[in-house]
Amino acid sequence: MDTLTKILVIGTNEKILATVLRLLNTNESWRATGVSNAEEALQKCREQHYQILLIGAGLTDTEEHDLSRRIKEIHTDIHVIPHYGGGSGLLFAEIYLALGTTNQAQ
Amino acid sequence: MAQTVLHLAASRGLADHGWLKSNHTFSFSSYFNPERVQFGALRVLNDDEVEGGRGFGEHPHDNMEIISIALEGALQHKDSMGNVATIETGEIQVMSAGTGMYHMEYNKNEGEPVKFLQIWVFPNKRNVEPRYDQVKIESPAQPNQLVQILSPNPDDAGVWIYQDAWFNLGKLEKGSTVDYTIQKKNNGAYIFVIDGELEVNGQKLHIRDGYGIWETEGFTITAGTDAEVLIMDVPMEV
Repeated sequence: MDTLTKILVIGTNEKILATVLRLLNTNESWRATGVSNAEEALQKCREQHYQILLIGAGLTDTEEHDLSRRIKEIHTDIHVIPHYGGGSGLLFAEIYLALGTTNQAQ
Repeated sequence: MAQTVLHLAASRGLADHGWLKSNHTFSFSSYFNPERVQFGALRVLNDDEVEGGRGFGEHPHDNMEIISIALEGALQHKDSMGNVATIETGEIQVMSAGTGMYHMEYNKNEGEPVKFLQIWVFPNKRNVEPRYDQVKIESPAQPNQLVQILSPNPDDAGVWIYQDAWFNLGKLEKGSTVDYTIQKKNNGAYIFVIDGELEVNGQKLHIRDGYGIWETEGFTITAGTDAEVLIMDVPMEV
């Protein structure tokens, strides 16, 4: 059984997206996949169940809202997190909080 | 009645990378404490010391208001917007990361550490155009007065950010008092003791302690010794 936490990350800045994915995938319990637009994100969600959608920079407020609504129609239990900071600073705390983790070792 | 939270200096998360020692008041990077995530819009308060000649290589940021205040030494800055600058002691630097930017920060001096506060505030608007600024912190007109170093207003004193936040610095002589009025309804203030000892409404604070206070219109600070304090007035709802 696949126990990995699957995280979908959307962001339009290629370099920042690559950095975020690299950081997330240093955690052996997580598998992060990146996309650069909403249609690609929706397609990924139709193919696989994700626990978390991390919304990086580059989408308009309307695009963020619309994507969040459409993805929740596919996966009602997905956590949608607007990611701030673009790097490692907040990234792990955002994920731990979404997963209800109380200990960073978990 | 005012609500308060006390963060003693020794309770902060320490990241010791050898060349960098960083005390995190709030959860940051590999330090995670679900009880210590933010104070309203104030998300990061890192008390950093970088050894001579070392620093942070190029790395990205987006959607965050990033403020650095040099306490000792000098930081060398370079970013993807083309800015190359030195932040000396007594200066404040701000970056609105917005849609994304890269930067590097190095200790300019080989032979001595640089000490600075790195502060992140959630922006009130995502995906703005990235921007950079730095200013020298002015001396107060009178002793024992606060000096505004940050606000939401480009035409106001200090730097500005995309958030209804106001920062003030104060150098207080032993025994002096200063009253502070919260700038906006539903804002709170996070008081960080840079040096010395203070009392805030009777709560004793020592060097590098932090004290948050909200649901109040203001408070009084009394200096128990010569002291330096940073007051960060931020929205409590983000």
